[in-house]
Amino acid sequence: MGSSLTTPPPAPPPQAKREPTAAVEGSATWRPSDRIGLVVCWALGLLFCAIAIAVVLYLLVQGIKYLRPEMLTTPASAGYTQAESGGFSDALVGTLIVATMGIAIALPVGVATAVWLVEYGRPTALARITESTIEAIAGIPSIVLALFGTVIFSSTALGFLSRSSEGVVFGRSFFAASAMLSLVALPLIVGSVREGLSSIPRHVREASYAVGKTKAATARRILLPSSKPQIATGAMLGLGRIIGDTAIIVVLLGATQNFAPVEGAPFPLNYLRGAGTTLTNFVYEASPTGNLNQPEKAYAAAFVLLLMVLALNAAVDVVHRRARKAGTWSH
Amino acid sequence: MESLTSDVSELRGAIAPVSSDTPQGPPPIRRLQLEDPAAAREATAPVVGGFTTARRSIGAPQFSIRRMEIDDVSVHYGEKEAVKSVSLPVRQGEVLALIGPSGCGKTTLLRSLNRLTELTSTARLSGRILLDDVDTKSIEPTLLRRRVTMVFQQPNPFPMSVFDNIAYVLREQGSRRARKKTLEPAVHSALERAGLFEEVKDNLDHPALKLSGGQQQRLCIARALAAEPEVLLLDEPCSALDPQSTQVIEDLIVKLRDDVAVVIVTHNLQQAYRVADHVAFMYLGDLVEYASATALFGSPREQRTKEYVSGAFG
Repeated sequence: MGSSLTTPPPAPPPQAKREPTAAVEGSATWRPSDRIGLVVCWALGLLFCAIAIAVVLYLLVQGIKYLRPEMLTTPASAGYTQAESGGFSDALVGTLIVATMGIAIALPVGVATAVWLVEYGRPTALARITESTIEAIAGIPSIVLALFGTVIFSSTALGFLSRSSEGVVFGRSFFAASAMLSLVALPLIVGSVREGLSSIPRHVREASYAVGKTKAATARRILLPSSKPQIATGAMLGLGRIIGDTAIIVVLLGATQNFAPVEGAPFPLNYLRGAGTTLTNFVYEASPTGNLNQPEKAYAAAFVLLLMVLALNAAVDVVHRRARKAGTWSH
Repeated sequence: MESLTSDVSELRGAIAPVSSDTPQGPPPIRRLQLEDPAAAREATAPVVGGFTTARRSIGAPQFSIRRMEIDDVSVHYGEKEAVKSVSLPVRQGEVLALIGPSGCGKTTLLRSLNRLTELTSTARLSGRILLDDVDTKSIEPTLLRRRVTMVFQQPNPFPMSVFDNIAYVLREQGSRRARKKTLEPAVHSALERAGLFEEVKDNLDHPALKLSGGQQQRLCIARALAAEPEVLLLDEPCSALDPQSTQVIEDLIVKLRDDVAVVIVTHNLQQAYRVADHVAFMYLGDLVEYASATALFGSPREQRTKEYVSGAFG
């Protein structure tokens, strides 16, 4: 120690020898097991790409072959031939309704939960319980949620949310389905927003506190705007799950093929309290296993569904790219 | 210890390329490549009482008024005592530098001045910190933090425009009600005091995170000044910056000392020598020595201080 302080600095080691080797390293020097592992990773990656591409291509080809514009504008109807049985406009609108209502419930609740968990989280025991509850919800199959939903929404107290006559509550409506679908989306939103909030360095929060801002003001004006990409991701993932869910629709939306508005209720409420259908339900019913058995229309509806999901993914990409362009802090 | 590791890696370097993971921790001083051999000789020559090559950019203070008083302050993180009964004055008209090796408690002490330590749930503070003779414990934290603002090690502008970064401080808690026009003079003056206005006046709407590192840090200083504080705390404000930006900020710090009491934490001794009027040297939570910068670096009283400023440890 002492001697090293007084001896003059020796010539630096030759630079060529200190060149980092990782960047140019090939797998030729690896152990056989590592090389096999690399090959397996590559193969699996390519396999998943191939599966995804195959699904999209297949649906694309089938969808373009069978999709007719009038299917988007005519509701399904009973008929003996394919030409008479109409399209799936009710299902398309139904999907849009549950998606809008589901996310309208899940997004504010999810964002608020995430903010509470990351920024407050007191008392710690309650935070931990909340966390595991949300994880539990994420793990519950949606059919179980659907059954639970029938119990809740068939109660007389909630009769105003669905069709009810003579004290018997039907318990199936857009309200009921959307409420349960929002539970499906909730964990995804909470998870994504939490990730976004946690990735903000602590000193950024402190910089806001250090000019006299409260936690609430900091969350509203600094933390949430910074987490916009993750909020968008959560919302899109949640929307994807809502759009794609079938079990809750079958059980809680009535599994009709058309809107069944409640008579006597004012305009939007009569539809929202009534039963209906969505694209996933239509695909299920129109598939060879379903009651309608018109696979061509199932392909067409599935194609529309796929386009919606792809559009959501593209939207997330745009939000993230914009956020990257806006810059970020170092940790 | 350091000489040992460097010897070993040199040996390896002679036999085979040194793999990138062998040298642990900071590289030993001996490896430093010096562009000017003359400078190398000068640096290795024993310097009495530290260094004399750094030039002080700070003149004698015009005046000095005591604003804050750190009175027998100790801070515990759980069992660990990070600051051990430190007493210090903080004066307007002067720059106070807190120096010491990592983990000596200088940042903790700085953060306790505006009660930021309270955000760490395990932190406990005893003793008193007075701001203009009022115990800071009796001042509402958000009010205190507007009077004692802080700039951090990493530039951390908020993810909004340059203008809004300052306006955020001026507005009520999170509200956007105050109109841009009414805030403009205050925003401009804060940017001017931080020496940033000329550079950004045409780009006030640009995202602040797109500024250069040095500009970001000056924006953070402007933000801290916008609250019209009485005390400005700087936590290693230049450690993430290049030398030019560092110099701009150091000049700024010296300029600011008449308007606000400035406390700067730094582990760059030359920086402390350049900008500070008084220097407090801390070691393992203790305040070892508090003296004027020239005295502390020129003729340190304590053995620990002498060793630290001459580079024997740290």
